[in-house]
Amino acid sequence: MGDSSRLCSVWLGSETGILKGVSLSRKQAFNFCNTSHLSRDQEVRALCWGDPAESELLVGSVDGTVKTFSTEKGSFTETRRCGDPSEGCFTGLAALDGSRIITCVESGTVRVWREDSSEPVTELDAGKNVCRMRQSSVHRNKVATGGKENGLKIWDLEEPKKPLFTAKNLRDDWLDLRRPQWVRDMAFIPDSDKVVTCTGYHQVHVFDPSTPQRRPVLEAEYGEYPLTTLSLPASGNTVVVGNTHGQIAMLDLRKGVVRGCLKGLAGGVRGLHCHPSQPVVASCGLDRFLRIHSLEDRKLQHKVYLKSRLNCILLSSRDLEEAGGAKGEGGTEEVKEEEDEVWDTMEQVEETSKRKNTEEGEEEEQQKKKGKKKRKKEQD
Amino acid sequence: MDITEVPLSQDKKGKKKKMKKPKKKKSAGQDMSGESTGVEKKEDEEVKMEKSEEAAAFPPTFSVSEIKNKQRRHLMFMKLKQEKRKQKMQLKKKKRKEREALGDKAPPKEVPKTIENQRVYDETTVDPEDEEVAFDEGTDEFSAYFNGLTNPKVLITTSDRPRGRTVRFCEQLATVIPNAHVYYRRGLALKRVIPQCIARNFTYLMVINEDRKVPNGLVLCHLPEGPTAHFKVSNVRLRKELKRRGKDPTEHNPEVILNNFTTRLGHSIGRLFAALFPQDPQFIGRQVATFHNQRDFIFFRFHRYIFKNEKKVGIQELGPRFTLKLRSLQKGTFDSKFGEYEWVLKRHEMDACRRKFQL
Repeated sequence: MGDSSRLCSVWLGSETGILKGVSLSRKQAFNFCNTSHLSRDQEVRALCWGDPAESELLVGSVDGTVKTFSTEKGSFTETRRCGDPSEGCFTGLAALDGSRIITCVESGTVRVWREDSSEPVTELDAGKNVCRMRQSSVHRNKVATGGKENGLKIWDLEEPKKPLFTAKNLRDDWLDLRRPQWVRDMAFIPDSDKVVTCTGYHQVHVFDPSTPQRRPVLEAEYGEYPLTTLSLPASGNTVVVGNTHGQIAMLDLRKGVVRGCLKGLAGGVRGLHCHPSQPVVASCGLDRFLRIHSLEDRKLQHKVYLKSRLNCILLSSRDLEEAGGAKGEGGTEEVKEEEDEVWDTMEQVEETSKRKNTEEGEEEEQQKKKGKKKRKKEQD
Repeated sequence: MDITEVPLSQDKKGKKKKMKKPKKKKSAGQDMSGESTGVEKKEDEEVKMEKSEEAAAFPPTFSVSEIKNKQRRHLMFMKLKQEKRKQKMQLKKKKRKEREALGDKAPPKEVPKTIENQRVYDETTVDPEDEEVAFDEGTDEFSAYFNGLTNPKVLITTSDRPRGRTVRFCEQLATVIPNAHVYYRRGLALKRVIPQCIARNFTYLMVINEDRKVPNGLVLCHLPEGPTAHFKVSNVRLRKELKRRGKDPTEHNPEVILNNFTTRLGHSIGRLFAALFPQDPQFIGRQVATFHNQRDFIFFRFHRYIFKNEKKVGIQELGPRFTLKLRSLQKGTFDSKFGEYEWVLKRHEMDACRRKFQL
């Protein structure tokens, strides 16, 4: 179990309560749960890394518990109860530092928990119907919340009394009618104070708390269906959004225009995650597939059927195609062997893959690798 | 669990097309060189010459469609067709003779290629022993029905102001589905109808949409938690329009046959249909409702059967018959604006491959 969990580079939480790990280099998927007592109460609603080294996963279930999963051991090590299930499901989960975690539930209570005590250290009320809570990757005690008829709020967990920033609703429309608000997801843009949100009314907004303007500094629209989730790629200046019809698009954050759409999905998107360094985005949703698209040519790179509806997704920050983590001693040997295999097969297929990529000429090394792997699979 | 690689572009097709092009060019060039007055003659000569050489195949540089004279072209085309037909018949005869000569040792007949048996493998095909899928299905929205906790109760309604055919179609559907109630829509919004249905213990809401007096859409909403499926309806034939139909159906609970729902999506749709009918069929009624899926089209038929003797069974269609095609499957009760879709038919993206089926 430990060996397989070390290989996985993509982690997914499903509606049936199973934590799934996928190893793209091995083309294998693993279930991490005891299959004897599956239950819908265990449905995974939130997923995040427990520590910066990415050896621990925090899994938030519907029944109000947060479980710690160790990727080294490949098993759940700890279960703690964080709040009452009657308050609603988790909408956000984040690790503050070594022992503290932040949880947020639908009823709008954001709490900070310490490992040793069952009572929350800090508690703040973010209003009703919270759809999502996200943590800033730079200032780790800064969180943003938002929901239905509950605009974006940015909080500092040190001062839970008052939010740092509260967004104002959009101006009334040309009929002088109030515009409804429904923040579905948000993200902090690195290297600036800005926050990007997507709404249930297919808008994407950028807020800038550093300016006195409390309305969005950029408004964009995509499609005609509710946007469910977004993610920021490593390259910056763009945001990837997904909606309930399974359409994913890259939007430019400078002008608010669509840069390109990612195709191939059949059902609504529930989770999107861009790789922290590579130009790839992973998506999962109601169609039970994990799909990995390249952001450069917008092609589908991987497609994995995972049998249950998927709620959330998490990528590890190491190279996706790389064969497993080098941390474990047991894993490394196998990994090396497999790499050798890959290199061995490469020479044979040199010509064929070249012919295919003649037009592209000089491509990135990674791309080439990918092409070869495909060839290899065909040979198999 | 298996990972599928994205298929590489199909080179073969492209090449074939390329091969064809130069041929045409050549023939065009020849035409250009021929004098305008002598075109017909020249062509005639060409044809004769070729015929003497090889009776069947025309030379690659010649094509019938390039003959300018319509009558002549027609004549030539007929000849060409006859020639081809003759050849085909000869080949057939030859093969049959060979088979007869070989007798029992003859090789088994080849199975004709159809797009169904050439189907692209679908990785979501349900394995009956799979624990995870079994658990997923065992705890889904239909589990209450399959565990025998609820009895189906169906509300059938239409889009606003239905006309002749749609009204009759609804009435006939109500005779097929036991415990079905037909109501006029009275201009009510579906989102307001649904809570009332739930309060009255309906388990299904069925809405038939009509366009120009022809039923063309079906929304099937499972209550109280969904899912909602949207179908295109085509080829509706009411009882009156059927030939050799039996007497009107009785009120017995029919048996249900679900054919070819193999993928995960297909299973969900199959369960959706199965939950329309009561679980215990009354065999004394000898009635069967069939949902047959073929190439993603779902054919509905309603029959009465009879065992004539130990070997022979007779069936009699009772009607109505119609064809359904899935457009979307939405999680939750009907909410086309804010609902989350489990599956949406994306034309030109999903049906790009003719051998790939979704159900």
